[in-house]
Amino acid sequence: MEACQCEAKWEELDKIIAAHRGRPSDLIEVLHQAQDLIGYLPRQVQVAIAEGLGVSLTEVYSVISFYHHFTVKPKGKYQVSVCKGTACYVKGSPEILERLEKELGIKAGDSTDDGKFSLEVVRCLGACGLGPVMTVNKRAHGLLKPDTAVAVLKQYQ
Amino acid sequence: MSTVKLTIDNIPVEVEAGTTILKAAEKAGIHIPTLCYLEGINEIGACRVCVVEVEGARNLMASCVAPVAEGMVVKTNSPRVRMARRLNVELLLSNHKMECPTCIRNLNCELQSLAQELGIRQVRFEGKKSEYPIDDSTPAIIREPDKCILCRRCVAVCEKVQGVKAIAPMGRGFDTVIAPAFQDKLLDIACVECGQCTLVCPVGALYEKDYTSEVWAALADPEKFVVVQTAPATRVSIGQEFGLPPGSINTGQMVAALRRLGFDRVFDTDFTADLTIMEEGSEFIERFTKGGPLPLITSCSPGWIKFMEHFYPEFIPNVSTCKSPQQMFGAVAKTFYAQKAGIDPAKMVVVSIMPCTAKKFECQRPEMRDSGYQDVDYVLTTRELARMIREAGIDFRNLPEEQYDDPLGESTGAAVIFGATGGVMEAALRTAYELITGKTLPSLDFYDVRGLKGIKEATVDIEGTKVRVAVAHSLGHARQLLERVKAGEQYHFIEIMCCPGGCIGGGGQPIPTNTEIREQRIKGIYQADAEMPIRKSHENPSIQALYREFLGKPLSEKSHHLLHTHYTSRGKY
Ligand code: SF4
Ligand code: SF4
Ligand code: SF4
Ligand code: FES
Ligand code: FES
Repeated sequence: MEACQCEAKWEELDKIIAAHRGRPSDLIEVLHQAQDLIGYLPRQVQVAIAEGLGVSLTEVYSVISFYHHFTVKPKGKYQVSVCKGTACYVKGSPEILERLEKELGIKAGDSTDDGKFSLEVVRCLGACGLGPVMTVNKRAHGLLKPDTAVAVLKQYQ
Repeated sequence: MSTVKLTIDNIPVEVEAGTTILKAAEKAGIHIPTLCYLEGINEIGACRVCVVEVEGARNLMASCVAPVAEGMVVKTNSPRVRMARRLNVELLLSNHKMECPTCIRNLNCELQSLAQELGIRQVRFEGKKSEYPIDDSTPAIIREPDKCILCRRCVAVCEKVQGVKAIAPMGRGFDTVIAPAFQDKLLDIACVECGQCTLVCPVGALYEKDYTSEVWAALADPEKFVVVQTAPATRVSIGQEFGLPPGSINTGQMVAALRRLGFDRVFDTDFTADLTIMEEGSEFIERFTKGGPLPLITSCSPGWIKFMEHFYPEFIPNVSTCKSPQQMFGAVAKTFYAQKAGIDPAKMVVVSIMPCTAKKFECQRPEMRDSGYQDVDYVLTTRELARMIREAGIDFRNLPEEQYDDPLGESTGAAVIFGATGGVMEAALRTAYELITGKTLPSLDFYDVRGLKGIKEATVDIEGTKVRVAVAHSLGHARQLLERVKAGEQYHFIEIMCCPGGCIGGGGQPIPTNTEIREQRIKGIYQADAEMPIRKSHENPSIQALYREFLGKPLSEKSHHLLHTHYTSRGKY
């Protein structure tokens, strides 16, 4: 596990946890607040939350892994968002996603270990005519094929 | 209490309001297949194998969770129902890592039986298969996620019965996998290796680590002197593996089978259960008369010990320093017995037959080498022993009854009840009473500490002194009891067993093991006790001889060296 880059924020986090101490049902809310504060939820933060709320680390991680919103790694330099809205879906965005996952060696919702790319799935980006569409740091790339999607990534290496 | 009338497959049924359709059907003698359902533990309606058609309802209903309603008309066997059930099972099969002939659960697999029961002859879909590594990091439990059907029974047992929460669903949709956080290895987390998850897994996704090949190799090695011990609870469960009724007592056949497998000596863990009572009873008397620390808590159950080390290390001073009977056996076999029989302990292999997976972990603990060697070399669960018996072609049901070898085969009724929750307490009380008072107990049976109630309490009058005892089985109940102690509740002596029902419900026992079967095994245990000529540990002549010839007296220096141990705080993460 990479070192935690959030020392300065521990104090703040402790306050959040203290407000929900011993209340397992507040888990999701606390995770939201912690992620808003730190940007992601590294292992040490999860342990602190588990301890404070009185749940197991397994439960914490289970919830985090269920919601795409939560992430355990810092966001990559480039945020890659692949549209899986209906139009893009039928035009082949699942294959795009699959190829990008392979290329980057991560699943949607995760970030590469070198901190360069984060990959996520989004719903309709409002550019259905250009489907399948993905954005890299908000910049849209349309009419993708698996190969061209990989080529787009290369521009950001 | 209000009741509800309905008809199921045209049969009128009347049941209590709130009953599920599944239970109501059972009452009407109608079988509905289930898969994810585990009564009282996992009632989540996930697999939809149990669907039924309800007149007037658009969708089929999962009968394991849907409650009955007045005037309901249920069909459990319509074409639509049959098709839906088949489809659901076919979907499970479509992405299953199907290797039945070599799978540990072959012929005792619920997915297999369901496919048969529903008449599935082909799988019409080809699903994407997951590819997760097998986790065989622990000495006891193996996780094989590619065979998992996501029924979540294991998760429910680990959380609700054991209160450990070691594993949970990670991810969502197709990518869901039942695992520890971060997909850590079981070895690296606070899993207590109790194996309760392996008892409830319907398929071959969670199972015991099998040591039968190591034991076969030792048996085939002419250089090795192979000694076996059998835990109290195995004698009332092994028969189930060979089609005998759960709870039937098959001690004699088990001994005969072990001899035929080639073990050089067949001994009994019951012998060292009696020894445990001598040591632990004396420890209790000493703590009771010399001021603590109290409560004294029993230490026979390695799953409980690991749990305590992870979650309640503050109780380390309270836990008896006695090793478990299995470990006492190993230490005595490789010293006292080796000497007596003139066998080089380096060439002795000690094998245990246990109802327990956590014992596999226990025998590999670094502290368990007081004989100068690893005291117990291999632990086989009841299931593994049955596998060896089958492989050897032994006709278990028709074996003649044989006797254990002497002297580590002699035991008492007090020892056999170690197999059931409350048994260690009862055995200890039988001995402590007589040692303290010097009088004969008027009645040997302590009914208050018997049975499946989660936490049992009793006050025993030892000539005017009131001794308060408590008994908990399953770690969930252990947690509740320990919290009571922390809140100030006073007890003198506590027995804790990791598994529901005690060892008879251990994680290495035949599958299925459910409440009804646990009750039958408990009955078998107390029957075995009642049939024993001697029922008090301190009256076991071979134990008396062991003290005379070798150990001196309970808690002697030699006893301390060989029979006692210490514990380590392990942390939760
Ligand atoms: S789990 Fe059951 S269906 Fe799957 S391979 Fe094993 S025996 Fe066959
Ligand atoms: S062995 Fe026991 S503690 Fe470990 S995962 Fe299974 S049920 Fe939970
Ligand atoms: S491991 Fe077994 S019990 Fe657990 S969810 Fe998978 S199939 Fe069910
Ligand atoms: S569906 Fe992808 S942009 Fe609309
Ligand atoms: S058994 Fe009812 S939904 Fe699984």
